Amino acid sequence: MPAPRIPDPAIRVAGLTRSFGDLEVLRGVDLEVSRGSIHALLGSNGAGKTTLVRILATLLRADAGTATVDGHDVARDPEGVRESLSLTGQFAAVDDVLTGRENLVLVARLRHLSGPGTLADRMLDRFSLTDAADRRAGTYSGGMRRRLDLAMSLVGEPPVVVLDEPTTGLDPRSRIEVWDAVRELSRGGTTVLLTTQYLEEAEQLADRISILHEGRVITEGTLAELKALMPPATVEYVEKQPTLEDVFLAVVGGGTHDTPTGDAR
Amino acid sequence: MSARPLADTTALLGRSLRHVLRSPDTVVTTAVTPVALLLVFVYVLGGAIETGGGSYVDYLLPGILVVTIASGVAYTAYRLFLDLQGGILERFRSLPIARTSVLWAHVLTSVVATAVSLVLVVAVALLMGFRSDAGLLAWLGIAGILALFTLALTWLAVVPGLTATTVDGASAFSYPLVFLPFVSSAFVPTDSMPGPVRFFAEHQPVTAIVDAIRSLFAGQPVGADLWVALAWCTGLLVVAFLAARSVYARTAA
Repeated sequence: MPAPRIPDPAIRVAGLTRSFGDLEVLRGVDLEVSRGSIHALLGSNGAGKTTLVRILATLLRADAGTATVDGHDVARDPEGVRESLSLTGQFAAVDDVLTGRENLVLVARLRHLSGPGTLADRMLDRFSLTDAADRRAGTYSGGMRRRLDLAMSLVGEPPVVVLDEPTTGLDPRSRIEVWDAVRELSRGGTTVLLTTQYLEEAEQLADRISILHEGRVITEGTLAELKALMPPATVEYVEKQPTLEDVFLAVVGGGTHDTPTGDAR
Repeated sequence: MSARPLADTTALLGRSLRHVLRSPDTVVTTAVTPVALLLVFVYVLGGAIETGGGSYVDYLLPGILVVTIASGVAYTAYRLFLDLQGGILERFRSLPIARTSVLWAHVLTSVVATAVSLVLVVAVALLMGFRSDAGLLAWLGIAGILALFTLALTWLAVVPGLTATTVDGASAFSYPLVFLPFVSSAFVPTDSMPGPVRFFAEHQPVTAIVDAIRSLFAGQPVGADLWVALAWCTGLLVVAFLAARSVYARTAA
């Protein structure tokens, strides 16, 4: 691939392996995520997505291979990685006893940012949580918790954001809210690596897609490149039925957000 | 590099203390068992116990304070377990903070919460007729021993908090700790016990701690008990701290 040295990739992974006992979860993963892009890591359950993500977030050590985030090596400079990267795990990691605002202030303080209160208010506004700011996070709905979780990850605008299955378990409307937030992040120049098991999510969001299967990245490319791997399309006439998601959103009136563009496939 | 241990611990301490403030029942619950023991032993059993002069509540209180600490530290295991299960511990670990600040915050919270429970228990004891001849220095000494013992037991509580697989498992470790004072000089003098039991009672930390505090309360010279008590507390603290730190590091990878 023609890769001139000009912008270093935001994430570069080479030959990464990790086993748990006899179970080889990662068997030599190679991955590059260019700056400012949205990169989807697609794989079924057990493909190794979370393991890879946890190594990138310095929560887990690799057995062999290298990984750098924003120029920092995860093994040699974990502090640097933690400054640059923010992880949103599979389950909303919010403090239920604290209010939404207190959760955000806490993260801002732990990131050693000045004006944590102002930063918290800005995030609350951005994620439509201002009205719930002083309620305990334990009283939030699933979608609100997820938004708070995301907001906590984005405090201080880290240059690299990793989202591990960000929409698993969310209702359609909340899922679209998360997608909007991811797109907005990317517009602001943030690099986003997201793992997903939903093909549609990768199609909707990602500039590039890597398919992780049995501990290796077996294919990588843009959506168009991946589609080109298939035999040429044959023309068939199929009646276009609305999806259940279209129906759901029409009935509950979720049309305030931009409608998913998935129809134009 | 950019981690600031003090600032990080302070921020996380604020969080943990909010947890305690928002469920003050944990502080009261910690005091309930010791107060119940105090009532039962002073008003029911105490009349039959020969302690060699002085009122029984004066004799009993130091041991009850140890029971209070033993039941209070279980909440640290409980809170850490919930942090681990809820994923928030993982979030903290992925932030650029000092590694052990998360643990220190929990431990210091335990010291504060346990101190409040101890004050409650002493207040009840005062109502029941507890009186002390201790001067300011002696009170400070008592507070110091209790704080050191709380620190040691709380660091010990970190281990089950990080390794338990169920909530019950996380707090079960404190049952033997609560029981330990019964086989010591806390409730009855050790010379009434049969040989092997007496040997155990006289050589376990609770007896030294209780005897030292009892002498301080009585305004008497403490002697060797104090040093034995301090040695036990410090030794336990060092071992528990190292164990907790190594378990915490292992949870990372």
